[in-house]
Amino acid sequence: MSEDNQGILWEVFLQTKAGRPFKHVGSLHAYDKKMAMTAARDLFTRRGEGKGIWLVKAEDIVSSQLEDDEAFFDPSDDKVYRHPTFYTMPEGVKHI
Amino acid sequence: MEDSKKLAEFQEKIDADIKIEPRDWMPEKYRQNLIRQISQHAHSEIIGMQPEKNWLTRAPSIRAKKILMAKIQDEAGHGLYLYCAAETLGVKREKVLNLLHEGKAKYSSVFNYPTISWADMGAIGWLVDGAAIVNQVSLQGTSYGPYSRAMVKICMEESFHQRQGYEVIVTLAKGTPEQKQMAQDALNRWWWPSVMMFGPHDAESAHSNQSLKWKIKRESNDELRQRFIDKTIEQGEILGLTFPDPDLKWNESKKHYDFGEIDWDEFWNVVKGNGPGNKQRLKHHVEAHENGKWVREAAIAYADKLNLQTKTA
Repeated sequence: MSEDNQGILWEVFLQTKAGRPFKHVGSLHAYDKKMAMTAARDLFTRRGEGKGIWLVKAEDIVSSQLEDDEAFFDPSDDKVYRHPTFYTMPEGVKHI
Repeated sequence: MEDSKKLAEFQEKIDADIKIEPRDWMPEKYRQNLIRQISQHAHSEIIGMQPEKNWLTRAPSIRAKKILMAKIQDEAGHGLYLYCAAETLGVKREKVLNLLHEGKAKYSSVFNYPTISWADMGAIGWLVDGAAIVNQVSLQGTSYGPYSRAMVKICMEESFHQRQGYEVIVTLAKGTPEQKQMAQDALNRWWWPSVMMFGPHDAESAHSNQSLKWKIKRESNDELRQRFIDKTIEQGEILGLTFPDPDLKWNESKKHYDFGEIDWDEFWNVVKGNGPGNKQRLKHHVEAHENGKWVREAAIAYADKLNLQTKTA
């Protein structure tokens, strides 16, 4: 990494409140973890948007391939019995 | 030739308002149009810091200075969100910066005008940011996911910019006759450049039709310009300020303001690089980039050293 560049690309995830999931909010360039964390704070939490930050190098993210999305996610399509609405409850039964 | 079936599917998604994401198939021209538009938008945010920094050390109070500082910091952030959105299309940050430095990429011409009085800080926030907000609110609905998400975040932050600018104008307009004149003078100088920010009329706009079909843009230049004018006039008149356009008049049948002819010679002259501040703005950006080289080199050397330590540990 010796040429003049803008650093590594990091993806930023923010937790809005304790107990909430971390959500992707954007990305930034930085040369190391510490700098990335400071930049993420300055870029994405100037108005109290979050109290927790996760940083992941963009190159380390593994994602599904869109071309075979259909086949890949197919196994869930024919299993309607995984949803509560599949089941018929007798008339008058409560709290279920 | 690009697969016509893919192209049809792509247009179907666009028509159904399904966002396009970085790894989806897209026509090469869609990609190139977006790279051009998003990176120019990013450059505008970054170059736009310069007219404002002119007044940072001379702000009339600590309060005003803190606010201006926060606003300039936001602009830097907006530039960075947008550069990252452009990068998701496969263009390197270094490349878009080089295009700017070589004069091949444009930024909003409005930032080539000088800020000669404190009232200009008000006019920029009220009018320039006001115009930018009209455009950006519309762009929240753009078809490209990362661009749309950047716009949502930017719009949330921009409304403070417009209000702080208007507050500066309000304070001056309610001050001494000299102060009111400062506000009027700033309005006189910034009104037309702000109206021009929406670009050429629809009939003369080079990229408009394709951009609208692909929903990169959601509304035309003239529609957006009209909306900006309609919502701004009252804000000036309520302060007793006059807009520098004798043809400006409410049209009851259209329910819009009629306005005078835009000086397109001036517009194109500034776009082509001959505005009052073009050379200075670009020179300053190139110098800041070059002067920052040692910082990037030091950061790279430090990161390399850390990596080496992790490997040998």
